[in-house]
Amino acid sequence: MPDSRVRRAAALTTGLVVTAAVLAGVALLSLAVGSQHVPFGTVLNALSHADPNRSDHLIVTEVRLPRTFVGLLAGAALGLAGAIIQAVTRNPLADPGILGINAGAGLFVVIGISVFGVGSLSGYVWFGFAGAAVSAVAVYVIGSLGRGGATPVKLALAGAALTAALLSFTTGVLVTDVRTYDQFRFWQVGSLSGRGADIAWQALPFLIAGVIVALISTRSLNALALGDDVATSLGQNVAVARLIAAAAVVLLCGTATAMAGPLVFIGLIVPHMARIITGPDHKWLLPYSMLLAPMLLLLADVLGRVIARPGEVQVGIITAIIGAPFFVILVRRGRLAEL
Amino acid sequence: MSVEIISVARRREFARARTVSIVLAILVVVLFALTLSYGSFQVSLPDIVRSLLGRQTPPQVDYIIQTLRLPRAIVGTLAGLSFGLSGMIFQQLVRNPLASPDVIGVTSGGSAAAVLAIVIFAASGTVISVVALTGAVTTALLIYLLAWRKGVGGYRFVLVGIGVGAAMGGLTSFLLTRADVRVASDALIWLSGSLNGRTWADVRPLAVASLILVPLTLMLGRALLGLQLGDDVAKGLGLPIERSRLALLLIGVCLAGTATAAAGPIAYVAFVSGPIAARLVGGGRPTLLQAGLFGAVLVLAADFIGSHLLGSTPFPVGVVTGIIGAPYLLWLLATSNRTGRGG
Repeated sequence: MPDSRVRRAAALTTGLVVTAAVLAGVALLSLAVGSQHVPFGTVLNALSHADPNRSDHLIVTEVRLPRTFVGLLAGAALGLAGAIIQAVTRNPLADPGILGINAGAGLFVVIGISVFGVGSLSGYVWFGFAGAAVSAVAVYVIGSLGRGGATPVKLALAGAALTAALLSFTTGVLVTDVRTYDQFRFWQVGSLSGRGADIAWQALPFLIAGVIVALISTRSLNALALGDDVATSLGQNVAVARLIAAAAVVLLCGTATAMAGPLVFIGLIVPHMARIITGPDHKWLLPYSMLLAPMLLLLADVLGRVIARPGEVQVGIITAIIGAPFFVILVRRGRLAEL
Repeated sequence: MSVEIISVARRREFARARTVSIVLAILVVVLFALTLSYGSFQVSLPDIVRSLLGRQTPPQVDYIIQTLRLPRAIVGTLAGLSFGLSGMIFQQLVRNPLASPDVIGVTSGGSAAAVLAIVIFAASGTVISVVALTGAVTTALLIYLLAWRKGVGGYRFVLVGIGVGAAMGGLTSFLLTRADVRVASDALIWLSGSLNGRTWADVRPLAVASLILVPLTLMLGRALLGLQLGDDVAKGLGLPIERSRLALLLIGVCLAGTATAAAGPIAYVAFVSGPIAARLVGGGRPTLLQAGLFGAVLVLAADFIGSHLLGSTPFPVGVVTGIIGAPYLLWLLATSNRTGRGG
């Protein structure tokens, strides 16, 4: 028995290393592929000593590097946030936006465009982040009112209900203001295009904080997944554990949404994929989700750049249209590890 | 002694459920009458009744009531009823309060098909309805077939539904970002659900479908109750699980599909009606009738508010359902748990 457990841990560790290597390859691909192809050798050259007079070097360092970086950060954040929120709400339908994060970010961005005339991506970031934080706090407070505190069902329902209300307000503004809708519809689908290094640097501290909080909560997530009663009897303070995990989700998903728009689908399906590999143990589930999600996101982004040359298709659309059939095949094939 | 207590509690529960149904039914009638009477041209209650009975009314009153307002009121009532029932069916069937035809992909198929028709083929009116219904039923069929592996497990059905729904959502967003902004804006109004300009052509198919589907749903309520206890218990109760589940799914899809075809995918009616009805009634059993009635109340009230109370621009009903339905659910969540009910 201990022997098989050691072997399993070794296999999962190897898998993690392989996944990380594949992710690095995908990141390289994301630097090389686009409307103008740059050979891998040139990419490496540009990374090691960039020549500001060469246009292909500039494409790599000024456009694709920040974009890939944002993709890596947003992907990792969403994968991690998705795995955590599904554990906290014990609900396979919960996406990282379930705490009202994306709807709040969306409404604030719409207000930013419509009322304050914000027109740039780096301007959206702060509105997005503020909206995410406000609505997440509201959901958590409403979900924890009354007896029993923030139970999974109440959290999920409160999140979905607040999302509904916020989206209705957003739609209400959009149907009366065509100019705002014209800007917002491109943010809404979720995209990595045009994201500069400044956006990544703004987001980085929040993301690092989110990852740290997430990794701290690994053990308590395993306990929470067993149900509140069992978790309590294992010596877990359920309310505190849930609050910490929710804080991680807000930091991670709020930042990702502020950077790239509402890309929830990745965070919804990646934990299910990772669970097929790892089973329910969050010690493995979290790192796998954190690596698989950016891999998928970057692959989808690269695909979106080449699929409709010279234009491109936003990554949010590709993840849904290409990712969904892939996900369905996995669901059909794999032995599902239920939550 | 304890048997007596249980039977008293049960009687109280039934009484409460009945009171809730009656109150909701009265609200439906009141809102229906309000929809007929209120507007830029007010029609008094006696005039409405006379016009409906076809007696001694001026032709312009007949026109306003019978051609303009009656179809709108009927579509609103039936669509709300259908969405409420459909949401309850899905939520109970997969035992997940987040599951509703919007979440698990059924209506998103209808929406994608409709937006495709609007954006690419410049469709309008009845064509959109037919396309939307076809899209919804096809998507549901696709989900069922893809989830089938020696029977359809609830969990697999939901996951496949999310996947298919996301693909359809992606398609919709793609079309919306590629279209001219005015066309996209029209599509957005359809997407949020609207009762503007409904005619008898919209009423007839919906009415026929409701006449068949609503009684069937209420009849299958017992099977739903059994399935909600889990497959093993249901099997123990002697329920034909796969057949009941297929029947309920089919009915749920048809309800959502016909309602979407007539009024667009009115947002969140299916999602909020079930949990609200459950909290109004208490006791935690499937409350199909109350969920359906609440759906109708929600749509009629939202349509009334959207068209008359929010300033000069009329808002589509789907914008308002979320704004009034969701906070109500939040309020119930916050308060009903204080007495230990629900959640």
